[in-house]
Amino acid sequence: MSLSFLILALLTLGGAVAAMTLHRLVHCVLALTVALAGLAGLYLNLGAQFVGLAQILVYVGAVAILIVFAVLLTRGAEIASQMDSSRQGRFSALAGGVATAAAVFAVLAWVVLHSPTLSAPAATMTQVAPQAAMQQIGDALMRRYVLPLEVMGLMLTAALIGAVILALEEKPEAQ
Amino acid sequence: METGFWLFLLISIIKILVVVVILLTAVAYTVLLERKVVGRIQNRWGPSRVGPFGLLQPLADGAKLFLKEDLIPESVYRPLYILAPIIALSCALMSIAVVPFGAPVMWHGVNLFQITDVNIGLLVILGITSVGVYGIALSGWSSNNKYSLLGALRASAQVISYELALGLAVVGVVMRTGSLSLKDIVSVQATHGLLSWNFFGGFQFVAFFIYLIAAYAETNRAPFDLPEAESELTAGYHTEYSSMKFAMFFMAEYANMITVSCVATLLFFGGWSSPFGNLIPAVGGVVVQALLPVFWFVLKVFFFLFLYIWVRGTLPRFRYDQLMGLGWKFLVPVAIANIVVTSFWMALRAR
Repeated sequence: MSLSFLILALLTLGGAVAAMTLHRLVHCVLALTVALAGLAGLYLNLGAQFVGLAQILVYVGAVAILIVFAVLLTRGAEIASQMDSSRQGRFSALAGGVATAAAVFAVLAWVVLHSPTLSAPAATMTQVAPQAAMQQIGDALMRRYVLPLEVMGLMLTAALIGAVILALEEKPEAQ
Repeated sequence: METGFWLFLLISIIKILVVVVILLTAVAYTVLLERKVVGRIQNRWGPSRVGPFGLLQPLADGAKLFLKEDLIPESVYRPLYILAPIIALSCALMSIAVVPFGAPVMWHGVNLFQITDVNIGLLVILGITSVGVYGIALSGWSSNNKYSLLGALRASAQVISYELALGLAVVGVVMRTGSLSLKDIVSVQATHGLLSWNFFGGFQFVAFFIYLIAAYAETNRAPFDLPEAESELTAGYHTEYSSMKFAMFFMAEYANMITVSCVATLLFFGGWSSPFGNLIPAVGGVVVQALLPVFWFVLKVFFFLFLYIWVRGTLPRFRYDQLMGLGWKFLVPVAIANIVVTSFWMALRAR
């Protein structure tokens, strides 16, 4: 474990913990941003430049800023978030969180254990130049994983149409 | 090995210092240029008293901003209020690190005209610019002022919307080059001078205009300067800032303008390559050969900065719904169409 990995891992974990435990909503969002940026740092630390910067561009630069935007729009930013402090509420929240985390962890662990790089001997693993890595990602997305990509696109289109319908003003004469 | 490392470190530090000093000077003089040019457009002189032709005006402005009292209003949320201008300025200054200013000249294994050559330089610039929004959003929220908050909301919505069009506009150029490295993007355009620039020879002029419009919106400049529309929002997100904290936002805005101009030059106008290509035989010694590309680069960047100011002096401000309509209903579809047409064209040529 190198020092840079240790720092980045602590940053990511610290950000994630702070995002769950802090009371002011804005602090939570900023802590989440730190966690996402730490993750990007971990990718960069592993030499995955494209993935790392895509993480910054998409998650730090767009997703988290959208959450900030939502927080700015609501008044929740000024009042300490009113958490459900009853025993029942806390317990169900905890159970839901643990179940989700376990499910995500199980899927990730399954993927890691079944990835071909793990079974290959260490000597055959070579560092790929970032440029070539990017082309490989494109190649894999367009050939081997084209079906999952299309399914993802379909899902996003459906989400987009749903959002448009939600935001659409209903005209009185339409009824 | 050991001395090589120290030499690399020393050269890198010198490069960073030189670039930052030049960038900040350029920022100061872009402000003067703007005041002068907008003055002439509005049929007045602009600053003319300090030094010859008002050339020392930036110094006077800087001294004034330094000596002003640094007020922190009582009701602001302090940590974020102080953090916001720092984020804005540091993001604005960071992205210049991957910009190549001239043809690569190696000296002891270090490229003299680029701080660092990252293989995915374009992505680095896009990523860092997208983080810069935090400065604006947090300043507006932490100021606890409705004008600031509205300005910050406008700014962040605008930047997120136009980032999409900007990113899509750049894809055509990246496809033509097959690389995200800014150095490669320029070297592809350097062969036949003017004719091989992406703007002319690459048929990326549609992409260029989308990029330019989106970049103007991203830097919150006229005609998209709604976040600081003085007639509606006093000064927008930096209403509550004074002295150097205000100056940091101001410098961040102009540094971003310079970065945008640099990227426009690199992506669409051949970067440091001369408009005559190899038609004119090389002149001068080694030093002239090394400095000539920098001259072309600076000339092109200057043109784009002038264009910024020209546009500000001529076009009225958009209305907010017009701004969103233009971004989502016009720029994004046209940018996607540009990608489709470019890829068809490339596929046909590859046959």
